Amino acid sequence: SSSPDALPKTDSLEVTFVKADGQKVKARCKEGDSLLDVVVNNELDISGYGACEGTLTCSTCHVILSKEDYDRIPSKPLDDENDMLDLAFELTETSRLGCQIVMTKELNGLEVRLPSSVNDARG
Amino acid sequence: RFSTNVIDPNSIQPKLCVVGSGPASFYAAQQILKALPKVQIDIFERLPVPFGLVRFGVAPDHPEVKNVINTFTKTAQDPRVKFIGNVKLGQDVSLAELQNAYHSVLLAYGAEEDRLLGIPGENLDNILSAREFVGWYNGLPNNKDLKFNLNIEKVAIIGQGNVALDVARILLSPIDLLKKTDITEYSLAALADSKVKEVKLIGRRGPLQVAFTIKEFREMLRLPRCFVNMNAEDFAGLDAIVPNLPRPRKRLTELLMKSISTSKETEADKCFNPIFFRTPKSFQSGEDASSVGALTVAVNTMEGENAVETDVLETIECGLVLRSIGYKSIQADSAIPFNSKRGLVENSGGVIQPGLYVSGWLGTGPVGVILSTMTNAFAVGQTMASDILNNTVDASIKKPGFEFIGSLLKKKGIQTVSFADWEQIDKVEQSRGKEKGKLREKIVDVKEMLTIASGKP
Ligand SMILES: Cc1cc2nc3c(=O)[nH]c(=O)nc-3n(C[C@H](O)[C@H](O)[C@H](O)COP(=O)(O)OP(=O)(O)OC[C@H]3O[C@@H](n4cnc5c(N)ncnc54)[C@H](O)[C@@H]3O)c2cc1C
Ligand code: FES
Repeated sequence: SSSPDALPKTDSLEVTFVKADGQKVKARCKEGDSLLDVVVNNELDISGYGACEGTLTCSTCHVILSKEDYDRIPSKPLDDENDMLDLAFELTETSRLGCQIVMTKELNGLEVRLPSSVNDARG
Repeated sequence: RFSTNVIDPNSIQPKLCVVGSGPASFYAAQQILKALPKVQIDIFERLPVPFGLVRFGVAPDHPEVKNVINTFTKTAQDPRVKFIGNVKLGQDVSLAELQNAYHSVLLAYGAEEDRLLGIPGENLDNILSAREFVGWYNGLPNNKDLKFNLNIEKVAIIGQGNVALDVARILLSPIDLLKKTDITEYSLAALADSKVKEVKLIGRRGPLQVAFTIKEFREMLRLPRCFVNMNAEDFAGLDAIVPNLPRPRKRLTELLMKSISTSKETEADKCFNPIFFRTPKSFQSGEDASSVGALTVAVNTMEGENAVETDVLETIECGLVLRSIGYKSIQADSAIPFNSKRGLVENSGGVIQPGLYVSGWLGTGPVGVILSTMTNAFAVGQTMASDILNNTVDASIKKPGFEFIGSLLKKKGIQTVSFADWEQIDKVEQSRGKEKGKLREKIVDVKEMLTIASGKP
């Protein structure tokens, strides 16, 4: 068909990942992509990111947001996300799992921080 | 671009080897590949099949956790990596031989030995380690013929960690939840006939000290037809403490308190019963004189974080006991500096000595999940690479690598299994699973694995 909806959506949105050493990595993505999709599709070099491939059974996709961004993300973390976040290294009040954050036009330009090391909890 | 004492990574072709093929091995290899573009990494594994506890430990109803295998497979398929299965350190090859053949050796063979309680009656029938039971349902060749009896109603699991919860969940799960997983056929049949109705999870300390994590406990609450029951008195005074706990412990404790006694659904016919402040003292036989029938425990009080036994004893009826109180590693080769008391290889940040390293459970002790193993293995892999780049390990010396070890194994008549051979085994397992509507039907016999690997079944 020729409806514009059927055309492939372009990578019109941008996300910035700030590594622990301050290095900024910019990546483009489509509406509806999760932050995990952004890392995978752009082949970003973040060791160990997304080990469980978005099935909410690890916490390697942990990202830290500004308070402002945390509050404006429409989907709030549910129990299952919080359960995995509990195991995340450098957990903060504004932490989320990247595989659960879905990009929208409103979130274009989002900047998230990566913890200095992936998880080390759970004895 | 490089400072004088740093070697250009493109100018050297170091040969490294890893013993074991679990997460500690693959994650270290992943880091090394990044840092050393011309490296050769040979991974030796005792079994014909890779992935260690990801294949043989992780519960069959947690297939998502095994997604890490996709990343490991990518690493294994890198042209600089060679998987060599069916080779056991300490039996088929010695540490000295590996050190002769390679610039650096990484030991990552895990921790498989079980810790015992060391109490009277522990040798009765139907007392097993949870780890053996896991090995049995997950098709570990060594445990496939494990003998025990599920024609009993009451089970006592000693220990309150995630493995204890895995085992409890498998015993209490409706069989339909397991049917489509990669659980072995024979275990599925045995579990379908099981008479188990009640599983007690016995811990020496209290609700604040449980070692399991919230996700695993929440799964118990969601288990169909199963009712969770705990002793409300064990939670006395926690209300005041909870608000000040760190977030993970706080959320877990809150969930435990909310679940002290889940409303007993009318159709609940099974019960999960964590018991706190009890130390196992002895086992007694039941009707059948050779099998366990009961467990005597001492009631504990807490002094700070420590459990202290009182004189009060209790008897807990149980027809099956699963011990889940931890593991230790073994000294696979007498040349490995081993701490037998702690059950691990002596090391400092993964370094045993320059050129000899340890990662994963063998070096850290058997605690933590794949994630913590990953963190550790990344760090050890980086150390191995930088030791070569700063010439702590001299990679300019010629080393024969697999040319030497391979000929040695050939002389001994050992059939090695390549990653492509494993992919054949994997294919057969998946197609056998498909026939039964399951994810995979694991091959549990080493001989059969080797026959398929040889390509002439
Ligand atoms: C029952 C169980 C369930 C678990 N479930 C989970 C879970 O759901 N999620 C999670 O995150 N973590 C889980 N874990 C923890 C996780 O499995 C470990 O953190 C991780 O596997 C440790 O990695 P490793 O590489 O050190 O050891 P292993 O995974 O044990 O790998 C060691 C490898 O070395 C091989 N080997 C042993 N001896 C020799 C020898 N002499 N020569 C050559 N090779 C040898 C073994 O065959 C094995 O393949 C579980 C652990 C257990 C015991
Ligand atoms: S990728 Fe594992 S929880 Fe997000």
